[in-house]
Amino acid sequence: MSSQADQILPHGRVLRYPFFERSNHWLAAFSYIYLLLTGLAFWSPWLFWIAVVLGGGQISRMLHPWIGLFFFYAVMRMYGYWAPQMRTTEVDKQWWRSLRHYVQNQDHRMPPAGRYNAGQKALFWSFFYAAIVLLLTGLVLWFPESIPWNLRWLRYISVFLHPVAALFTIANFLLHIYMSVFAERGAFGSVIRGDVSLEFAKRYHPGWYREIVEKTTASRK
Amino acid sequence: MSQATLRIQKISGHAGSVPGEDTQRQYTVAKLIDTTTCIGCKACEVACVEWNDMPFSATEFNNTYQTMPETRWNYWNLILFNEHEKEDGSLMWLMRKNQCMHCAEPGCLEACPSDGAIIQYTNGIVDFQQDKCIGCGYCITGCPFNIPKLNQKTKRVYKCTLCTDRVSEGLEPACIKSCPTGCLHFGSKEEMKVLAEQRAEQLRTHYNFPNAGVYDPPGVGGTGVIYVLHDAKNPEIYGGLPKDPRVPLSVKLWKGPLKWLGNIAMVGGVIGLFVHYLRYGPKERDVESKEPHQGAEP
Repeated sequence: MSSQADQILPHGRVLRYPFFERSNHWLAAFSYIYLLLTGLAFWSPWLFWIAVVLGGGQISRMLHPWIGLFFFYAVMRMYGYWAPQMRTTEVDKQWWRSLRHYVQNQDHRMPPAGRYNAGQKALFWSFFYAAIVLLLTGLVLWFPESIPWNLRWLRYISVFLHPVAALFTIANFLLHIYMSVFAERGAFGSVIRGDVSLEFAKRYHPGWYREIVEKTTASRK
Repeated sequence: MSQATLRIQKISGHAGSVPGEDTQRQYTVAKLIDTTTCIGCKACEVACVEWNDMPFSATEFNNTYQTMPETRWNYWNLILFNEHEKEDGSLMWLMRKNQCMHCAEPGCLEACPSDGAIIQYTNGIVDFQQDKCIGCGYCITGCPFNIPKLNQKTKRVYKCTLCTDRVSEGLEPACIKSCPTGCLHFGSKEEMKVLAEQRAEQLRTHYNFPNAGVYDPPGVGGTGVIYVLHDAKNPEIYGGLPKDPRVPLSVKLWKGPLKWLGNIAMVGGVIGLFVHYLRYGPKERDVESKEPHQGAEP
């Protein structure tokens, strides 16, 4: 079966994430989780045991930057796949104004989100910019000994900005897990099997649903 | 029970209490370096390399006495030669033995994330434990004196131990032992400070160095290595000895407020999401239809 985004599948389902978008998502996810765990180990003495469990402090220090490159690569591929769909629209501005209803699960009172709602777009851009900051500061932290003494301010900036950016991604990560695994039933399956039900599309992404249906109806004419 | 842990008062990357904190009456030790009587013979450098059995480190020749630009992972003790031009146009040598300063509040130890990789003994010596070092290099960033150096092969950081192995046996550090002019002294911090002040006073009153003084920077809580300088107002002329060394502000912010804010935000975030789920639950439980959708292809 050819896999093409937005393709209507049997049993009232629609393909949301083709294979390469899904596999890339999991490359980002697994590398992020490793980075999160080892990063937390370096963040606090109370969590240093995580590095011990993951093979020891030396191994964690050695692998963290390399896995970071994988994560950065995955985020950049996401940029390639999704950036055009992540531009802010008029509906997004209304969406933010109605955020209270979204939080209270009153989704029928939300403006009609497109393929991505404003929150998802914010998540995307948060991870995109944070990944750039994490890469740049991470490169300095990777080779601190090769930063000349008169450029030591680079190290001072990096040692502070790297955890700041990481904490920012953690906030986004927690929300992302919560929304996709717990709050919106069906979202997790979409990034495993790739498809969602048309009800799901209609409920959470009415703008997208309309597009799909119109496209399908047009092709049938 | 190990005597060694009882003699430790600070441990890097350590959760919980420190076994040796305030449990022993011990002198804080200090090394006194009188730069005014140093002749730059490098005996202390050789003694350091010899005592610590360090492999040969290649020198560099650039038409000066400076045979290497800075300390290395296997060269912990280096005399910095500075040709200083005085106000009257005449030249004078400023020679400073450079090594770890053994700060009372060490930036390396504060920045280190690895449990026990950097420790401070109750006598004030700051020592790296290479078996626990993970090679992250945070100590390099935490140090205001540019002292910790990474070994590329072992990926661990090394520096002067103040010959803690000798000191714990009641001996003075190897560099002190080797000094032919007596410009190096070793003893309790209190004694060394008295000796240093006496020498500075002598320099001011009898040797025409009105700015002579003692270098024991308070920004890092004082140091376990103190200098007598001809010109204590301009320590920078001694090969970049920082005037007011401090643990970098960003390291302080990172290990202080940011850590608290971050921890509260992370724990608060998880609790907040859990409470949200208890209050509102999932958005729609039966949104995933098991039935074939009307209008879709069978």
